[in-house]
Amino acid sequence: MSLPKKSISASLVTVMLVAGCATPDNTAPSAPTRGPNLGATPSAAQLAAMDTSITPNGAGLPAGSGTVAQGAKVYAAKCETCHGPKGVGKPADALVGGIGSLASGKPVRTVGSYWPYATTFFDYVRRAMPTNAPQTLSNDEVYAVTAYVLNLNGIVPESAVRNAQTLPQVKMPNRDGFIDYSKK
Amino acid sequence: MSKTKASHDLVAKTEVPPALADNQRRHFLTRSASVAGTLATAGVAAGAATAAAQEVPAWMKAPGTPMRAYGTPSSYEKSVQRPSASGYASVSPATGSSRTPHQSLEGTITPSGLHFERHHNGVPDIDPSKHELLIHGLVNRPLMFNLATLSRYPMVSRTHFVECAGNSGGNSAAKPPQGTAGAIHGLASVSEWTGVPLSLLLNEAGLAGGAQWVIAEGADSAAMVRSVPLSKCMDDAMVALYQNGERVRPEQGYPMRLLLPGWEGNMNVKWLRRLKVADGPAHSKDETSKYTDLQPDGKARQFTFELGVKSIITFPSFGTKLDRRGLYELTGIAWSGAGRISRVEISEDAGKTWRDANLQGPIYSKSFTRFRLPWEWNGNAVVLQSRAIDEKGNVQPTRAAFVSQYVAGMNYHNHYIQSWAIAADGSISNVFA
Repeated sequence: MSLPKKSISASLVTVMLVAGCATPDNTAPSAPTRGPNLGATPSAAQLAAMDTSITPNGAGLPAGSGTVAQGAKVYAAKCETCHGPKGVGKPADALVGGIGSLASGKPVRTVGSYWPYATTFFDYVRRAMPTNAPQTLSNDEVYAVTAYVLNLNGIVPESAVRNAQTLPQVKMPNRDGFIDYSKK
Repeated sequence: MSKTKASHDLVAKTEVPPALADNQRRHFLTRSASVAGTLATAGVAAGAATAAAQEVPAWMKAPGTPMRAYGTPSSYEKSVQRPSASGYASVSPATGSSRTPHQSLEGTITPSGLHFERHHNGVPDIDPSKHELLIHGLVNRPLMFNLATLSRYPMVSRTHFVECAGNSGGNSAAKPPQGTAGAIHGLASVSEWTGVPLSLLLNEAGLAGGAQWVIAEGADSAAMVRSVPLSKCMDDAMVALYQNGERVRPEQGYPMRLLLPGWEGNMNVKWLRRLKVADGPAHSKDETSKYTDLQPDGKARQFTFELGVKSIITFPSFGTKLDRRGLYELTGIAWSGAGRISRVEISEDAGKTWRDANLQGPIYSKSFTRFRLPWEWNGNAVVLQSRAIDEKGNVQPTRAAFVSQYVAGMNYHNHYIQSWAIAADGSISNVFA
């Protein structure tokens, strides 16, 4: 039995077309599109424990509060070894100063002069500081040390109390200092 | 930014650390040997016969060592190491980086043990049976995965570079740092990554209305967080489980990392534990206070994700001394976050004239492309440069053009032309040309 010549040619063409697509292209859209659906459903408790995200508008900030005075004590005990007295820096980053310096030709980037959101400072301290014992500060301690560093920068008064309501209201000096390049 | 941190991120030293210099001296010997042949190490001019060549070598007259469960490089290659630095050595020595020694490597794949490292508080020792990846936020159903379940998903293998946004930042210092190609540009490495397309996992969770960004979090003791546009996550992003065929190394995110081909390394979150789909970015520490590019007018560019087209000559380069006139093979690597490299040009006169180098295939998108060029050195002082062009038409800029956009010393996203000056005596230095 012989196959019709036409069909052989057609299948050869198909093979060649497929082979022609097999270029050494490592971003070719050959990625699989269906998975076996093996994801487990997290419990509400698991979700709550893992979801520590905080947004600049304050969503996700935990309960608790802290004052500048309380923060000074936390800072002396947990932060000063690395960030120096009153946040002046050394050996780790300076937290204070430089406000107004960014366009001066000698920019000094600190929490006070450069960071656009106070919520970011809270978030970073809560997840990563102090580096020798991250995630050991209580939420009250993080609010307090945030209030203290903001006060050192002259951004909040000495009487300030920071909590989930007051922290997002802080307008950092460099709040409008960034140009969004995410779509460029 | 504090001076301490800056000097860490960019190796802004103009002197080579003594240990590194030693390393380079050793490498110089290695490279000389490979160029001139083993006769050179025996102190005999090329072309002459040696007594040793007439004897049967000792390793041919006795059995070799037996098989071993996991191999390592030759004991004669111990000088090929990653130089490392920490900007916080006295208080947080595990915060810092180590760099791929490009000048000692060939081809395009970085050995896993020489892939650059950048840690924000050390390498966690993660037990994979206790590690989970949560996908939640603006999804129809939150999902938890672990290494066992993800390993049963369909996968893809892709050869891509990962490059720290702080790579090459040393060249933004006022004076050119005298370091090797690796010491200056070693925060970039290439691996074959294998993993699960992130789009597949996000589709299983089901994207809800308003989804625009994905917040990725690592399980290290810095709990590193970065925000990624959803469009990238649905494009070529991957949850990588394997690196060069074996499980991802601890330094690279074991048991799983986010891979965002062509985008700044910091976003490729290692030790990935959580992906939260959101309507906006988190504005985390590492996407506001760090990895943002300050302009002279005081405004900073935020979210510079895609890395620019770039190339470096790895031979000849700092750390080697040309010991004779004549023919050499000039070689190096080129890459772009925008896609494939389409052309690399070489200049011997600090950028006045250019000629094409040969590109070695296969040319992968968002990966290193090796370039080569037969090159005759006549003993004159020359300034060698390479200039890469990618398939989108992006051209690697000059240093002057790049740095003029930013404040002095801006040490992120630097991808301008590297210049190596070769003196008449064959010695090589880093210059700004």
